[in-house]
Amino acid sequence: MIPLSWSLALSAVLFVIGVIGVLVRRNALVIFMSIELMLNAANLAFVAFSRDMQSLDGQVFVFFVMAVAAAEVAVGLAIIVNMFRLRETVFVDEINLLKG
Amino acid sequence: MIAPALFAVFAAIAVVSALSVILHRNPVTSALFLVVTFCSLAGIYLVLHAEFIGMVQVIVYAGAIMVLFLFVIMYLNLGRDIETGVQIALRRGVGWLMGIALLAAGVALFRHPWVAGPAAPPGPPMGNTQAIGLLLYSRYLFPFEVTSMLLLVAMVGVVVIAKGRRAPGPAADLPPGTAPGAPSQEDA
Amino acid sequence: MAAILDNPDIQFAFWALVKCVVILTAMLGVVSYLIFVERKIAGHMQARTGPNRVGPLGLLQPVADILKLFFKEEFIPDAANKIIFHVAPVLAVIPALVSFSVVPVGPNFTVTDVNVGLLLFLAMSSLGVYAITLGGWSSNNKYALLGGLRSSAQMISYELALGLSTVGVLLIAGSLSLVDIVRAQEHVWFAAYQPVAFVVFMIAAFAETNRAPFDLPEAEAELVAGFHTEYSSMKWGMFFLGEFMNVITISSIAITLFLGGWNGPWLPDSLKFLWFFLKLGVLLFFFIWVRWTYPRLRYDQLMNLGWKVLLPVALVNILATGTVIHWLENR
Repeated sequence: MIPLSWSLALSAVLFVIGVIGVLVRRNALVIFMSIELMLNAANLAFVAFSRDMQSLDGQVFVFFVMAVAAAEVAVGLAIIVNMFRLRETVFVDEINLLKG
Repeated sequence: MIAPALFAVFAAIAVVSALSVILHRNPVTSALFLVVTFCSLAGIYLVLHAEFIGMVQVIVYAGAIMVLFLFVIMYLNLGRDIETGVQIALRRGVGWLMGIALLAAGVALFRHPWVAGPAAPPGPPMGNTQAIGLLLYSRYLFPFEVTSMLLLVAMVGVVVIAKGRRAPGPAADLPPGTAPGAPSQEDA
Repeated sequence: MAAILDNPDIQFAFWALVKCVVILTAMLGVVSYLIFVERKIAGHMQARTGPNRVGPLGLLQPVADILKLFFKEEFIPDAANKIIFHVAPVLAVIPALVSFSVVPVGPNFTVTDVNVGLLLFLAMSSLGVYAITLGGWSSNNKYALLGGLRSSAQMISYELALGLSTVGVLLIAGSLSLVDIVRAQEHVWFAAYQPVAFVVFMIAAFAETNRAPFDLPEAEAELVAGFHTEYSSMKWGMFFLGEFMNVITISSIAITLFLGGWNGPWLPDSLKFLWFFLKLGVLLFFFIWVRWTYPRLRYDQLMNLGWKVLLPVALVNILATGTVIHWLENR
């Protein structure tokens, strides 16, 4: 039996790594990958709790999170591709059209 | 004895490859390490007896989403990221500090002992997939149908966004005799 | 020490490891002779004998081929991404071998009976895309990149039809475990209940393994050699090995899902695996036969077939199967 705290600790560590990735990196694609990492950390927490409370609702929610993440990745990448066509760069520092 | 050992191995691989995702300069390397992270998370799901979710994790995340990421990275022909300069180093330092602060907050939360809520009574014995299927099509039927609409909308949106607008190019680039913006022979 | 050996988990792991080693050696041997058998059959279909110089009837040809591959000089392009260039051929072989671990070869010979065996196979075929994509990209060669991208787009398109065609089988058998699916075919094979799904699965299998008539991404006349243009010597051998292992694995899954697995008359349980190998031989011959019979599909025809024909047909098949099962249960 895996103690619940182990899974939650791993989920927290992965989530923090994702947050650091979003804050530190400039490449829009790597930022997107860090967001996916955060989503996966949340999924792990869901599955761990579902196992601990012996209710499958957590896993059903993970299923929905995966479907939504797939849709979000597709749309986000399309936007990044369009941005690249416009600005020839994927670095978020240089995509500042609204800057005064 | 086996399960905690397996969990520890998969957790170690997951953390190391997640760190490699955010540390490597080459986006393709980051993407590949993210695939490794997803596969080790799938292993953890299997250890936690969530077999359906584990396999769907590999099929959807590692097998489809990351392939899409790799396609886009290869299409955009990205090289290594250049991250030099004082501004960027400063921003990077602040980012790491905030992340460590967040981790410290998480560790502080762990100090307090938790009281777990009452466990739900175990249902009839059936396979993981069958149980999830029963739930999906009874209590969560509406979110399930809405998710399919969501995927349809996302598909249409992606095709529209990624197609872009057909901008008429300079006449010098085209073979002689064609007007800019004329449909080429490849359009079905 | 004795306590560790008595642990049932450790014993299970040990026997699983033994079976894995057996499968690995058997696969390596079968694949090298499969390449030889393909050349022989191709020769006879083209009214010539295949290789017949090395050894009696040319039976030692695979030995000669492997020796040649070992001694060839290995080129690595200067600007290639070294690590990924070396790893990509290995990635071609791993998913095929892992899928084979859930295939029931005989009544008691499965490496492990995972209760989501069918999903494991689909997951491994999803991971098989990486080898080709990374091999094509890491070679730093435009033909390789184009071949790799085309091939991976083809593979992920046909994965959908492949997966959906197995849902009909799942509806009838009521379980994702391949062992249960084989046991449910004791009297009637599922190919009789699901002929449309069987045809869709086989067509998608050809496309998934990049075999003719869907081998445009590696066709010589089209893209030099596609994604394995820059690979030489044993790395190229590994890609080839991976392709044939994929063929064997997907044939095994097709036999398990549609052709009754190890079921067959007249043989006792301990020898039932012979039926499996007989069916496997027939399907492999079918793969080779189709390759040397049909012309290649152009890339847009290929994608049209996958998205506009096979996917709707598989979906309609699921609908029809579900309706018939519901009607039969509630008569």
